[in-house]
Amino acid sequence: MLHPAPHEPLGQQPLVEFRGVTCGYGGPPALVEVELTVWPGEFVGLLGPSGAGKTTVLRAVLGAVQFYQGQVLVEGRPVDRRRPRAGYVPQLETVDWGFPVTVEQVVLMGLAADSWWPWPRRHEREMAYGIMERLGIAHLAGRHIRALSGGQQQRAFLARALVSNPRLLLLDEPTAGVDIKTRDDILHLLHELNHEGTTILLTTHEINAVAAHLPRVVCINRGVIADGPPAEVFTPGVLGRTYGAEMTVVHHEGLVLVAERPHRYYEEHAVQRSGDPGEAGRA
Amino acid sequence: MLEPFQYEFFVRGFIVAGLVGTLCGLIGVYVVLRKMSYIGHGLSHAMLGGAVVSYVMAFNFYVGAGLWGFLSALLINATTRRRQYIGADAAIGVITTASFAVGVALISRYRTFTRNFEAALLGDVLGVTGQDIIAVAAMTGLALLFVLVAYRKLLFLTFDPEVSAYYGVRTGLLDSLFALVLAGTIVVSMQVIGVTMLVAALVIPPVTARLLTHSFHYLVVLSALVGALSGLLGIYLSYYFDISSGANVVLVAAAAFLLAYLWSALRGRLDVLSGVREALPH
Repeated sequence: MLHPAPHEPLGQQPLVEFRGVTCGYGGPPALVEVELTVWPGEFVGLLGPSGAGKTTVLRAVLGAVQFYQGQVLVEGRPVDRRRPRAGYVPQLETVDWGFPVTVEQVVLMGLAADSWWPWPRRHEREMAYGIMERLGIAHLAGRHIRALSGGQQQRAFLARALVSNPRLLLLDEPTAGVDIKTRDDILHLLHELNHEGTTILLTTHEINAVAAHLPRVVCINRGVIADGPPAEVFTPGVLGRTYGAEMTVVHHEGLVLVAERPHRYYEEHAVQRSGDPGEAGRA
Repeated sequence: MLEPFQYEFFVRGFIVAGLVGTLCGLIGVYVVLRKMSYIGHGLSHAMLGGAVVSYVMAFNFYVGAGLWGFLSALLINATTRRRQYIGADAAIGVITTASFAVGVALISRYRTFTRNFEAALLGDVLGVTGQDIIAVAAMTGLALLFVLVAYRKLLFLTFDPEVSAYYGVRTGLLDSLFALVLAGTIVVSMQVIGVTMLVAALVIPPVTARLLTHSFHYLVVLSALVGALSGLLGIYLSYYFDISSGANVVLVAAAAFLLAYLWSALRGRLDVLSGVREALPH
């Protein structure tokens, strides 16, 4: 069982603040007028369909988008002036698995930006091994990254993000493409890190398996649709506006379960066949 | 066996080939891993334009061709960023062949460059002067210094350019510096390897080394070593077989690749066999 207990924010100043942010990548905006505040010590899940702008939220926090309007502040400083330091874990499917690097070399990349020395210093190596031991992958340090299981690969990239001890951890779909056991392990680990004070912002596609277990969920579709604990946010109305599809929400013994209604497609087509195109046009 | 070393021109060629091999092997690691092989290929051809322009304008070859190459590299970088409109390979094709054509056009107009033209295309290690040795040695030293100082940042940038920027690596600066080093490498190597063979000297050593190791550190060292040995052995053998120096260096490197390929295939088979043996009941 995970730790769904809501976590108390730890500070007075927001760690991340979106002030009316409209941003993109040079073309049409990917996010429109987003207002969002993340307090130190929070654990927030960003939920939404593909192309809704979840990853863009993470990139905006890192200052890696074009801001058309508004600004993002991290620890009170605008990110477009000076990029903030945060631990970032990319989607594993974007990683070049044929690249000749070992786990240790990947973890040490997390300290590379501040070093003009070709070899890692002793304290850097100690930091790397410390975090690898903490995540249970120290014995794999010399392995090539492709020779790891999905969970171990995720831990290796998590270790790279954590090695510089950041206050803020950003994860892009950390549970995509892994089995149930690995997914639970990763979520346990993230909850532990969060309980130790790390602020976490992650994106996910998994409503029941991931988002429902987080203390706070933000539903996104080019803008913020809803923001709050899963029990409040997961309503048919909010999910319908987020995903553009009808969903059923079941409350059962304190659990919130969301079910899609795939037969809707067939219903629409059945209506279309029966000669009422007006009904079919309303999605 | 030591007979060729009594000739000064051979010793000069031997030293230069070893240095060029090391340099191309070292820089080639980044070219291959960043999937820039075609850029290397195009850039070496583009450089011919610069070489001819500096010759016609009586400008120092290294400065002229280097500047030309650096500008071409920046132009290629800029065009490949607009990949939503033009494919990167097509953009490189346009810029580099246009630049190559400038060289060919000037040669056919002035007609005084034909011997050097052949050397630029196929490599001519016998024509190496003392100034060439200094240029190659200086460039090798510079490239080594650059790789050493930026080693960890370059590794991160090569592995994942986008994410390395999120972690504070100054990717724009490093990209430009790398383009400069690559252009310099191609300029000083042109005379020895030749424009047409250069990309092989950049690509074969790292690909050979990749078959032998999974670790980036070993890859860099092995690739430089394969490059150096191919250069030295290639020139040495060219004394006995009357083959152009560039082609010989590349043929030796290709032989090394073949050996590494056979070794890795054999090792794969052996690993599978030992895996099967372990899985069988004892």
